[in-house]
Amino acid sequence: MMDCVLPRYKVLRDHDQCTDCGLCARTCANGVYRRPREGGPIAINSKRCVNCQRCVVFCPAEALAVTAWPQVGTGSANWTLEAMQDIARQAQTGGVLLSSMGNPKPYHVYWDHLLLNASQVTNPSIDPLREPMETRVFLGSRPEIPKVNERERRVVEPLPPQLKLDVPLMFSAMSFGSISLNAQKALALAARELGTFFNVGEGGMHRDLEPFAHCAFAQVASGRFGVDAHYLNTAAAIEIKIGQGAKPGIGGHLPGEKISGEVSRTRMIPEGSDAISPAPHHDIYSIEDLRQLVFSIKEATGYRKPVAVKIAAVHNAAAIASGMARTGADIIVVDGFRGGTGAAPKRIRDAVGIPVELALAAIDQRLRDEGIRSTVSLVASGSIRNAADVVRAIALGADACSIGSAALIAMGCHQCGDCSSGRCNWGIATQRPALTERLDPEEAAERVVNLVRGWTLELQEMMGGMGINAVDSLRGNRLMLRGVGLNEKELEILGVKYAGE
Amino acid sequence: MAARHIPREGETRIPSGCAIAGIMDRSGARHDGTDILKSIALMHDRSNGLGGGFAAYGIYPDYADLYAFHIMYESREARAATEAYLEHYYLCEKQERVPTEDHPAIKNPPDIWRYFMAPHPMRLAASGLDEAEYTMRHVFHINGAVDGAFVASSGKNMGVFKGVGYPEDIGEFYRIADYDAWAWTAHGRFPTNTPGWWGGAHPFTLLNWSIVHNGEISSYDANRRYVEQFGYDCELQTDTEVITYLFDLLARRHGLSQEMAAHIMAAPSWRAIDAMAPENAAFETALRTVYASALVNGPFSIILGSEEGLLALNDRLKLRALMAAEKGPVVYLASEQAAIQVVCPDAENVRSIEGGVPFVVQLDAVARRKQEEAAENRAVRDWPLEHEVGVQPRRRREA
Repeated sequence: MMDCVLPRYKVLRDHDQCTDCGLCARTCANGVYRRPREGGPIAINSKRCVNCQRCVVFCPAEALAVTAWPQVGTGSANWTLEAMQDIARQAQTGGVLLSSMGNPKPYHVYWDHLLLNASQVTNPSIDPLREPMETRVFLGSRPEIPKVNERERRVVEPLPPQLKLDVPLMFSAMSFGSISLNAQKALALAARELGTFFNVGEGGMHRDLEPFAHCAFAQVASGRFGVDAHYLNTAAAIEIKIGQGAKPGIGGHLPGEKISGEVSRTRMIPEGSDAISPAPHHDIYSIEDLRQLVFSIKEATGYRKPVAVKIAAVHNAAAIASGMARTGADIIVVDGFRGGTGAAPKRIRDAVGIPVELALAAIDQRLRDEGIRSTVSLVASGSIRNAADVVRAIALGADACSIGSAALIAMGCHQCGDCSSGRCNWGIATQRPALTERLDPEEAAERVVNLVRGWTLELQEMMGGMGINAVDSLRGNRLMLRGVGLNEKELEILGVKYAGE
Repeated sequence: MAARHIPREGETRIPSGCAIAGIMDRSGARHDGTDILKSIALMHDRSNGLGGGFAAYGIYPDYADLYAFHIMYESREARAATEAYLEHYYLCEKQERVPTEDHPAIKNPPDIWRYFMAPHPMRLAASGLDEAEYTMRHVFHINGAVDGAFVASSGKNMGVFKGVGYPEDIGEFYRIADYDAWAWTAHGRFPTNTPGWWGGAHPFTLLNWSIVHNGEISSYDANRRYVEQFGYDCELQTDTEVITYLFDLLARRHGLSQEMAAHIMAAPSWRAIDAMAPENAAFETALRTVYASALVNGPFSIILGSEEGLLALNDRLKLRALMAAEKGPVVYLASEQAAIQVVCPDAENVRSIEGGVPFVVQLDAVARRKQEEAAENRAVRDWPLEHEVGVQPRRRREA
């Protein structure tokens, strides 16, 4: 059949610089570079390039660059080249278009329309180099009123189980299968070092990660892969995954060829069989069913572990979250439509769900209207890109944020969006031993730790500038935010004033 | 031409600097307002003539069991509407204009009245609320819904005298030297804007609570959005208001001591908690976790007044001045040491309040009573309502 699919990228090679060392050919798992005959020149097949930039970074002669394929569209703002190429691809395959990562469309990034405050004259800013600047947070449910003995300074009724985070940041759920074991190990090492938590995702917990279980969330998703009493009781906390920002409303499909021996053992499914996560949990068709699952897990873990419930940010997120809080969930996780994924149908990724900023603001306000915000924890995820985003999320009402993409980018990910092919040249979103061995867990962990340490310093600087010395006083403190370039309705939902007000 | 509209407290958030002072006799002996007037007058430069006021405890011994409402009216209509409302929900023993004296520096004062009232027994019983909660809601209603009326104070055997002007002029206007109180607090205000509204002056009060405050808290919106969950309307958008509500929530509703409420608002650092014995660390961790949003951040110094006495508190970093001293049973508090020594030159134990450590001054009688009380907090919602009146038919089982 006629192939109308154009290359997306064009590899540029500077022949003056190139030493013909061949490293590009060895490093590219996509087969962009080939040496057709021994001793001959390297040929380039740009059509195979996904723009992962591995060759560009590693080329010792700085001879390579990747650019967009220089084909112009028709000039139509409607029939863009991308829209036509999507049709061309589907006309050839008759299938669903697959994609990865989060929604890339130019919707408002609300973070970028929220500016932060700083103290001037009427109260002093606080210098984090001189004064303590507290970033510790706890996640879990709390009573509205504690029971204490003041004279003896002791608790009469202990609180429900709490997770202690030294920084208001965790790592989002990424399963063994969607990412490599080395990438998971890097997150585990980083979480332990930073005093926070990683999330094994829905693929079970590999035995190599059990030493890190005390800083792990065990996920229970609709496929229930790798879930048994040991799994639940080993982890620090359990997360029930209802949905994910990148693909709300649908399940997942890990094809049989990716179910290697290790993945098969960890997921507790036969080797080579497809791993299908149904769209809904087939034991949760309504809110009261969720309550039963929450309490089944609490029973199974002796009420010693907090149970989180994660939803994708969708239209009715506020009411859903309020219902979740009433099911006994200790932590509510809301994941926005820019949150990453290893594989999602392109139409779903690009058209379903809402920005996490709006969902978070609406959920926090709804929980307050219901008078239950302080009895439950709220975690936001779905493209937190830097420390200022963390500050904004906390000021809108989050207890903590989860980062996925940012942590992967720290390890080397270049957001090419080709995760589902399994040919990740960075050794992250792949199970091929030749590729996964490229990622050294220790080094990757160090890079992730550096990232979070850097963000923490920036968080402390920004808090200090606001005259705040504990993250507790930033949470839900929307007066510290001002909107720019937003309309009245957006300001109302975000609960912030306009800059200058 | 229409008059230029200057937004009031409640319409906008106005940062202020301030002077504060407090004088209390632990024995319960009452003193007139001369000393507190002199003390706050000394700190003239810390205010700018845009707000001053006093809170006094023990001034209405003849009506000690009744709620004493001080209400400011900007119009006759406001008074008519408020009195009609109060008549529905309260039984009024006495009502009168608060005596004032013309003063050249005091311009355009509102019409200020006081009422000594008990909740209407049947309506109170039907509300399902306790007396304090019932009264709080009616105060919120008047302040929020009646245009031109503002309840300046609503406690028992206490009252607030405040307005726009320098505190020493306000004190003379209200003739505070004519009142005898066992505790006085005072406030001189330095707002950055010119609201010129009497209701916006300090002390801020609710029920028996009164607060004077110097500072600008950076945690304001976190604290506001926390207390608003529980029915507190932050109408004025001021620090004092939200701090008052935090005390009301933690001490009155949750049954913690005032000292513990203050301890929660200026909680120990995690570094300090990590160094504690495990049981105490668990206690502090539980409080910081449950009451994370009650942590008050940024510079503040406050003097809280209540039926128990005074409580002074500074922020954890000690970013505002507050001095304490004593002479016999009398305790003095002020933003500046000179404001203590001007009324008590031979004051003893002159010291500054430590950052984050509540400084509690209780009436001797209260301190004795507290020793006997249980050390465990009991939330007010767990107490049986004690105001049952015989207006309902008896239950069949009792008949």
